[in-house]
Order: sequence, then C-alpha cells, then structure tokens
Amino acid sequence: MYRSHVLVCGGTGCTSSGTPKVLEAFTDEIKKAGLEKEVAVVQTGCHGLCALGPIVVIYPEATFYSMVKPEDVFEIVNEHLLKGRIVTRLVYDETVSEEGITSISDTDFYKKQHRIALRNCGIINPESIDEYIATNGYEALGRALTQYTPDEVIQIILDSGLRGRGGGGFPTGLKWKLARGNDADQKYVCCNADEGDPGAFMDRSVLEGDPHVVLEAMAIAGYAIGASMGYIYIRAEYPIAVERLSIAISQAREYGLLGKNIFGSGFDFDIELRLGAGAFVCGEETALITSIEGNRGEPRPRPPFPAQKGLFQKPTILNNVETYANIPQIILNGAEWFSSLGTEKSKGTKVFALGGKIHNTGLVEIPMGTTLREVVEEIGGGIPDGKKFKAAQTGGPSGGCIPYSHYDIPIDYDNLLEIGSMMGSGGLIVMDEDNCMVDIAKFFLEFTVDESCGKCTPCRVGTKRLYEMLEKITEGKGTMEDLEKLEDLCKYIKENSLCGLGQSAPNPVLSTLQFFKDEYMAHVVDKKCPAAVCKALLSYVIDAELCKGCTLCSRSCPNNAISGKVKEAHIIDQDKCIKCGVCMEKCRFGAISIR
Amino acid sequence: MKSLEELKAIRETMQAQMGLRKEDSNQTRIVVGMATCGIASGARPVLTALSNIVQEKGLTNVMVTQTGCIGLCQYEPIVEILEPGKDKVTYVKMTPEKALEIVDQHIIRGQIVSKYTISEIVG
Repeated sequence: MYRSHVLVCGGTGCTSSGTPKVLEAFTDEIKKAGLEKEVAVVQTGCHGLCALGPIVVIYPEATFYSMVKPEDVFEIVNEHLLKGRIVTRLVYDETVSEEGITSISDTDFYKKQHRIALRNCGIINPESIDEYIATNGYEALGRALTQYTPDEVIQIILDSGLRGRGGGGFPTGLKWKLARGNDADQKYVCCNADEGDPGAFMDRSVLEGDPHVVLEAMAIAGYAIGASMGYIYIRAEYPIAVERLSIAISQAREYGLLGKNIFGSGFDFDIELRLGAGAFVCGEETALITSIEGNRGEPRPRPPFPAQKGLFQKPTILNNVETYANIPQIILNGAEWFSSLGTEKSKGTKVFALGGKIHNTGLVEIPMGTTLREVVEEIGGGIPDGKKFKAAQTGGPSGGCIPYSHYDIPIDYDNLLEIGSMMGSGGLIVMDEDNCMVDIAKFFLEFTVDESCGKCTPCRVGTKRLYEMLEKITEGKGTMEDLEKLEDLCKYIKENSLCGLGQSAPNPVLSTLQFFKDEYMAHVVDKKCPAAVCKALLSYVIDAELCKGCTLCSRSCPNNAISGKVKEAHIIDQDKCIKCGVCMEKCRFGAISIR
Repeated sequence: MKSLEELKAIRETMQAQMGLRKEDSNQTRIVVGMATCGIASGARPVLTALSNIVQEKGLTNVMVTQTGCIGLCQYEPIVEILEPGKDKVTYVKMTPEKALEIVDQHIIRGQIVSKYTISEIVG
C-alpha cells in the first residue's frame, strides 16, 4: 500500500508540454530515494488548467504543482515526498497565501465550477477500471439492469431535462424514447467522438481522463432502447484517447461489464471503435453513420431520422461524449438532482474549452446559466496584457460571436440561439480589441470551405463564394453592394443546405455582421481595418521625427522596401512593402507605426 | 460481473486506497514529523505503518501526511493527531507498533493513549 499518490496530468495539453519526461523523472527519483514502495505515481486525465501544464498533484496533501519541469522533480521528491516540506515555489500561485497553502478548489479557476462530466478527470487513472469502480463506476449500469425497466431508465433521463451536448441541444431522453419505440431485430448505440470544431477539446478530455464513463453510459443506453451493439466514432487525431478507450474496452470485457449477460440480467452489449479520418462533416449525425458503414462520409437527407433508420438501416441513437458522461450520475443521483442545476430549459452543466485571449486556457465545467462575464473574468482569469474584451466565439464554425453588450448573458442553449450564436459543442474563443471580426469570419469560412463535403451545391459553392466576398472586403476591394449580397447569400445557404454543416456555416458571418457592422463598414467605406489585422489595409510608416537613421530596419526588411541614409530618416516604399511587421519589431525608437 | 455485490466488493477494496485522494476539511489528520531528525530516528517506518493501517481498515476520513521538523528533535519520531474541533494530541518516540496501537485506540475508539503523549513523557 502507498502512503502518497503523485498524480501527473496525462491530458494532451500537459503531454505536449512535457508530461512524459516529468513522469519518467518521478519514477527515477522516487526509486533513487528508495520510496517506490511508499509512493505511487499515477498518470491521470486533464485537470483543466492546460495553460499551466504539466500539472502534478500530490496526495494526501492535495498539493497542486504547476508547470513542473523534469529538473524540478528531484526537489519535489526529496523535499515533499521524503521530508514533508512542500516546495512552495512550484505550487500553483493561486493556492499560495499568507496563511499557507489553500485548497485548489478554493481558487478562482475551480470554485465556480461544478464537475459532473469531468468529475473523474485528473482524479483517477484512466487506464484502471478498478479506480473507476472506486468512484462508483458501473454502479449506475448495475442498478439500471437490475432495478429499472428500460422505460424507467428513459423516464429518468427525460425527467432530468438532459439535452444533447454536441451542440443542437435535442432532449436526450426523447431521442432514446423514439428509438425504443421502433421495433427491429437489431438496434445500435453510437457515440459521436468526432470533435471537429477548431479550439474544442472537451470530448477528448473526457475520453482521455475517464473513458469508462462513456462505455457505461452507452451500455445503459443500449439497455434502454434495446440495442446490443455500440460504436464509438472517434477521430484518429486523438491517439491518446483512442488508446485509453481501447484499454477501457478490453478491461470492461474482462470484467464482464461488456459482453454477454451483464450483471446476470440477460442483457448483452458490446462496443467497437471506429476511427475517423478527421473530416469535420463526419460530426454530422447522418454523415457519421455513413462513415461507420464504411462509405464516404457524406450526409443524407432526413427523414428518415437515425432513430427510425440509422446505422445499417436500423434504429440508432447517436449521442455526444459529454452527453454520455452525464448519464451514470443522473441514474445514481436521480433526475431531480440533475434538473435542480442550471436554468429553466437547460439543465445541468456544460463543459467549455477556453481558448484565445484568456489567461487560463483550459477546460472548465460550469452550471448552465453562468454568465459569460463570470466565465471570462473570474474562471478564465481575464484577458492578458490589460486588453479589452471584444467578443467571445462559441460553437466554432457553426456558431457566432457574443459581443460585449451581451457580456452578462446567462449561458444556456436558448439564450445563445436568441442572440445568433449557439452552444455548440463547447469551444469558447475569447477575442480582444486586436482581433478583426471580418478576419475571424473569414477564418471560419475558410475552414468550412475546406470541410464542405461537396454533396450539395448551396454549401459547396455557396461557402466558397462567401469566402471570396470576405476576402474581397478584407483586401479593401469590397463595395456596399457586396455587404448586401453577403447577407442574402448567407440566408440562401442556411435555407438550402442539406445538412447542419451548410445550414450553420454562414453563422459566423451573420453574427459578426449583426454586432460588428461598423467594422465591415470601416473595411468597405474607409478602407481601414480598425484592429490592424487585415494586411492589405495597413501601411507601415516611419515617423521622420523619431527615426534616428540607425539603418536597422532597412537591413532587416526582407524585401528591401526601406531606404534612407545613415543618421537620416528612412522611408518605406509602400509598393514594395509586404507588411510583415519585422521593421516595427526591430525599431528601438518606436518610430514605426501602423496606419 | 454477475451482481452488484461483486462490484461493491471491488469498489470497497479500491476505495480504501483511493481515500488518499479525498479532499475534505472534516478529515482527521495524522501528521508525522519527517525532517532529518525524524527520519534519522525512524519516522519512515512509522509513516508507512500508519498509512497502511488506515487504508487496510478503510478509514477514508483519515489522512496520513507528513511535516517538517516539529522542533523537539530528541523526542522524534513525533506523530500529531488533529481531529476537527478537538485539541491537537502529540505522541512522541513512536515506533510502528506504538503507531498501530494509537490508530486502534485513538482514531477508531476515540481514546487518547496517554502513556505515549508528550505531556506524559516530557512532563
């Protein structure tokens, strides 16, 4: 038995900032100190504070070390683990106060969070089914199979008010009920783990940190609708998640928690993985199903809905990873517990991946109804460098921007839809005054142009034309007529596209047009980019008063666009300037500015 | 997996070990002095013994942790027991055997083992 557990975060964020080496250093140093029989080293899933990785938490003290480097490990082992002296300089500074070290759950980042889907992430070893069982894992499945009828299970989910966390927000219980009502010799339960929005990593973190929760929930869903087979569609770009899921599946089979006659109830259920090649459209349910079938991932018209004719033409339910991660807790704690959290029409919590111009880049789980201001200012720690909040982008390429005027909006499905954005799967990208909103719209359009599968014309051609118009505007060639056409085309694409990808692709344009029309106007009428992002609309100029004639800029310019004699003011040739900004970076006298 | 009981058995064994990762301000804390003086006089076997027994008995509300020099080096190994809402009890000159006795008497039964306390020995 161990007297201390060293938990090293093994999420993708921390892994890329150095977990493997830190882990190795811990194993080595602990061995050298002769503590290998007293101290266990455990690799966990994501703690959420990805900006401060690699994160190491040492129990029983629950000391939260951040940005740990391999060379720090010797000190931690010999001071903390051997002599019981916490290495204060390496502890996450928010937990250090004059009275000593406070609990991590009292920090701004964690105190407003409420973890249901992420409850085990960062706490358990995702590669150990026993640790999952220790935190009440598989108890919900056991109870569902032995104490409830399938209809009762569905009723609990209906009563809880759980809605799909993938973006659309369709009531999960209703989806299950529809699938249960359709008779067939075979039905399927599918899990959408094809998280494709740029900047979103909620599902990946759940799969990496707590893979068994998804297996358990899918088995419960299988029991509820009468399916004996499940597929998890996960993108191959998530290698850690794929590996941990594969381990979890084989452990669950070994324990008889997947397979035949689970809990002696006569219920059979098994799960297989299907790896996607990373096409954004495969996050759309019909395209995903088509891809599992082995065909090219293209959407098909609905109806028939998957609940009627889904995978292999059989009734199928498809839920997102985070949706599943809520299910076992709802079964264990009851529908009332879950529906007591959140707002009137959006129950429970939502996981968001915070990114962009924000201090605490990472993963947070908040009760529905938390305001955007709380998320950005308090949990997220605000915007770096004293810049001002301009907008938050939610829902990725299908969503929209929330401007400062809606900073105090309680985040839930309906509020976000009302202001032209959407919950989406949970990416939340914060933008400050240095972001150009036209450029942001163009960025997302570039993504959808690339990811449009090409099956229907409104999406294939429409998004391309939209992109070209935005390009024209950012180059300063746009006209007022273009702005009108832009809006018309957006509406046309929304109404006529075959699947969700096309139907939502214009959203970034529409929402920026709605809230930041002045920026579009500045590009079109004044030929200026207020945030100084769009290169074609910028010019770098040298202030003759400030220029000392040091020649550093002209020597640094990659295109020889700067001329001038030593100790005399230099001049930039605007025709030659490629607007790379090197001269401004190099100038020691602040003589170069953007106009 | 054939029954909920089978699951429960696995859970209980594991929970004893996982109890280490619980954060709870109402926990009883057993603190072992682990400075150089403590280690030299044998604090490590005491710490291991305490940590093992707490997990074996499934005392999830008890946390065994360590601290630096308590300041009474000649009485090491020192073990302090901090129960919420109660006065701190300090045991001195501990051995693994004495430590087990303390868990049994003090932690489980709630009776302070006076013969090992600092007031008894130091006077």
